Amino acid sequence: MGNEFYTLHDFMLFTKGAVYYLMGVIVLSILGFWLYITGRDEDNLIK
Amino acid sequence: MSTLKTENLKQYLTPFNIVVGIILLLGGFVTILRFTKGLGAVTNLTDNYPWGLWISFDLLCGVALAAGGYTTSAACYVFGLKRFHSAVRPAILTAFLGYALVVFALHYDVGRPWRLPYPFFVQSGPTSVLFEVGLCVFLYLITLFIEWVPSALEWLGIRKPRDIIVKATLALTIFGVVLSTMHQSSLGALFLIAPSKMHPLWYSSYIPLFFFVSSIAAGLSMVIFESTLSHHFMHDKMDETYLKEHDGVTYGFAKGAAMVLVLYFFIKVVGITLDNNWSYLLTGYGAWFLVELLGFVALPAFLYAIAVREKNLTLIRWTAALTVLGIVLNRFNVSLVAFNWHLPPEMRYFPRWHEFVISIFVVTVGLLVFRFIASRMPIFYEHPEFKEHEPRDLEEHELKPHPQTWGH
Repeated sequence: MGNEFYTLHDFMLFTKGAVYYLMGVIVLSILGFWLYITGRDEDNLIK
Repeated sequence: MSTLKTENLKQYLTPFNIVVGIILLLGGFVTILRFTKGLGAVTNLTDNYPWGLWISFDLLCGVALAAGGYTTSAACYVFGLKRFHSAVRPAILTAFLGYALVVFALHYDVGRPWRLPYPFFVQSGPTSVLFEVGLCVFLYLITLFIEWVPSALEWLGIRKPRDIIVKATLALTIFGVVLSTMHQSSLGALFLIAPSKMHPLWYSSYIPLFFFVSSIAAGLSMVIFESTLSHHFMHDKMDETYLKEHDGVTYGFAKGAAMVLVLYFFIKVVGITLDNNWSYLLTGYGAWFLVELLGFVALPAFLYAIAVREKNLTLIRWTAALTVLGIVLNRFNVSLVAFNWHLPPEMRYFPRWHEFVISIFVVTVGLLVFRFIASRMPIFYEHPEFKEHEPRDLEEHELKPHPQTWGH
């Protein structure tokens, strides 16, 4: 946002770079989400 | 004698029957109009909008919401999650009827419906995405029919062909999953041809992936939604196995749907990032996009997560309804709202009342056929003469069942 791109290379470098950072956030978020969903599974085991 | 007749009449004049009767009458009237006067007499379709409500709702939503068939059978037979076995038949029936109604509704939408088989038998166009969609739907409908047939054969007491088909279940499931993977994504790929007509927030080169991933969430949620309604209205048709496994199916599918929705949310964000479309979020279309993304993707994902964590079946069921609504909204947004977004308001498409009537008519026909089949054939129970799947005791890792339905 607010960036000026003069070549396709500039654009790809910016957007792909942003996606690489985003992927790190996504991996950690999905891991956290999974741990949240399954966090209380053990409480409901039928002994 | 006349008192007996009045009583008989009163027995049939239930609110449900009256409403259904009116819908069928109206549907019949519009059907006659459509096939005698043509598309122009009953639709607002134009050259700018050759696809309207019938494609958006009956086809795009119909196919997405019928995804429960391949997700459930893949979970049970491909991934070996046998605890979902009792959900397979209702899901297959819903999917079969869903696809059958897609093809039924397509007869209204195409100009010359008698030419529907042409692309396969007369003049194929294998380089077209639409050809791929058509071929997959054609083959998958046949596959679903074969998968559904054992229920009908059990009902009729015909054993030999039923046993042959049951032996082919795994092959049919794999074939069905492959076909679904292809056409669920290809429905999104249809819009790749119109990047200049689509709003940038909804257009992405990843749109086939968006359609495919969202169809999994739609399928899982639809199974929960449909089983909730079935539980409410057809409880007496369910056997012990179905009732015993039902809550486990709901929790399992809710957990799966939560994960898929989160994944879908993130790949949508990746789509915006890759095209650098962030600035559009500050516009009116951006606000609507955020309503869809936050209200109907992120919110259901978190509600599912909370419901699974708190073991709240009621919340799971309402969240399933919200997710189904969200997928319908997404398909409408892609095919109607974001499509031709640059056109002036007076040139935008809004369906005629005839189009709404036919869409409601198609859903009603589906509902009636579902009720007819499910109340007669072994869908929610195993036929005593064809029992293969014994009710299992809940294993250690499984969740305790919970007696709630819609909060009462």
